[in-house]
Amino acid sequence: MSDTAANLRAQFPLLAAAPELHYLDSAATAQIHRAALDAVVSHETTRRANVMRGTYRLAEAADLAYEQARQSAARFLNAGSAGEIVFTPGATASLNLVAHAFGSTLKAGDRVLVSVAEHHSNFVPWQMLRDRCGIELAPIPVGADGRLDLTRLSELMGDRCRLVAVTQCSNVTGAWTDVATIVAAARKVGAKVLLDGAQAVQHGPQDVRAMDIDFYAFSGHKCFGPGGVGVLWGRAEALARMPPFLGGGGMIAEVTPEASTWAAPPQRFEAGTPPIAQAIGLAAALDWMMTLDWTAIREREDALCQQLIEGLARIPGLRLLGPQHAHHCEARAPIVSFDIPDLHPHDICQVLDAQNLALRGGHHCAQPLLAALGAEACTRASIALYNGEADIEALLAGLDRARRELA
Amino acid sequence: MNSGDSLYQDAIKQFAQAAHGHGTLENATGEAKLNNPLCGDRVRMQVALDAGRIAAIAHETKGCLLCRAAASLLGARAAGMDSAAVEAVSDELDAMLKGAAPAPAAWPELAMFVPARAHASRHRCVLLPFRALIDALKAASPEVRRDAPRGAGDTANTTG
Repeated sequence: MSDTAANLRAQFPLLAAAPELHYLDSAATAQIHRAALDAVVSHETTRRANVMRGTYRLAEAADLAYEQARQSAARFLNAGSAGEIVFTPGATASLNLVAHAFGSTLKAGDRVLVSVAEHHSNFVPWQMLRDRCGIELAPIPVGADGRLDLTRLSELMGDRCRLVAVTQCSNVTGAWTDVATIVAAARKVGAKVLLDGAQAVQHGPQDVRAMDIDFYAFSGHKCFGPGGVGVLWGRAEALARMPPFLGGGGMIAEVTPEASTWAAPPQRFEAGTPPIAQAIGLAAALDWMMTLDWTAIREREDALCQQLIEGLARIPGLRLLGPQHAHHCEARAPIVSFDIPDLHPHDICQVLDAQNLALRGGHHCAQPLLAALGAEACTRASIALYNGEADIEALLAGLDRARRELA
Repeated sequence: MNSGDSLYQDAIKQFAQAAHGHGTLENATGEAKLNNPLCGDRVRMQVALDAGRIAAIAHETKGCLLCRAAASLLGARAAGMDSAAVEAVSDELDAMLKGAAPAPAAWPELAMFVPARAHASRHRCVLLPFRALIDALKAASPEVRRDAPRGAGDTANTTG
């Protein structure tokens, strides 16, 4: 079966069952692929047991499936080994894990750089660390087009920067981050680099070694897998130097009444029963993604993005947030946010919903970015591989109706 | 999936556009600011009390049509009410939105929000100005209990 949007759409049970639905909110949650759903059901009905605990055959089958899921995630990221993959409840948990575990190795006066463009999940944990430990937190500003302004990067880093934690791709503007420039600057001062890949992963497999970063976080529900599972990838040597975040079963080497010692990564960071079936479902989604022709998919996503941006440009007064004329591989992922004067995003999305268009309106958990762009809220359309021209045409027609209905 | 409702009735648009009570009070005795973290709607509500009743009311509302219409309705109707009366109307409105009651008899205009019943995520938009007014009244009447529950998720600060 070729990777046309229609063929891809048919592989998503919810979309296949709702042909009238124009789902344009994949930046919030992508739809789950049939293979991921089937993998979850198969595991829960044939191999359900706890992992790393039992010696019976069922438990060993669960162990094997869970560790194979780790290998799939490692291949998806081109990680050095599966041992660098930590399963978490989601990207937010992955980011909080680093903020606590890596953060506990920092001293007052050490500096962490984030950016104004971060989702709150990669902003608030660092503010909390600052308030706990006295680190300095410096935000990288954004330019008028929402892209990170790296002109003062070295100055912001100073000589005590220990970590740069930034988004790979904005969940509001779709703007890609210039990762290479950040990594080069970070290496000069010995700082590590964490990428929040939550928005990037649904647009294709990643290569953490080629990017030469130290940590990478993403969620399963953003890349056609189940909810409740995410990944933290960390370089083996970086993970090895970090203490655990959560304590509990599975993460220890030995517990005595007096003290505990820790298991090696990744188990050190997987206290308690992990999201086993979800990890296996995520692996099925990632395995499926790795079979696709991403060059063709990105070209189609780019074309839809351009179709949308050109259509939006015909709406009087509409303000497009983020890069104005850009292609996927250069400046913008297919995430398009906009503001129409005198029309509130909530009202726009309400009218669109009545036309079977699912979009998000609000601040998108990125209030610092919206403030920097001079907006309180915006409407966001996010395009994924199962979207087609009909979705964009429906959205543009829907916006015409919203403008008439809300005027 | 297609709600097909008529949520954006003329009455809502007219109240929102009229923006009754929009502005600030120089002699405010109580003030509250409430945000809806979901969408960033913001209401700053001010009151001046006379013998425990609202002598003047003003608000600055940045939000959707539903939020602005509700704030405008308060700006037009709330003068003369005391805290208990406002809370009673707010409770009746909440029940109406949940489908458990008709529009409050004393405030028939609130029937314009009946179509919002089908959209639970929008109930807070309608209720936010009422909750801000209740908080502003509490700020103006320090003897009134200040720990009454607020709408889940709304964030606030008050000055009296």
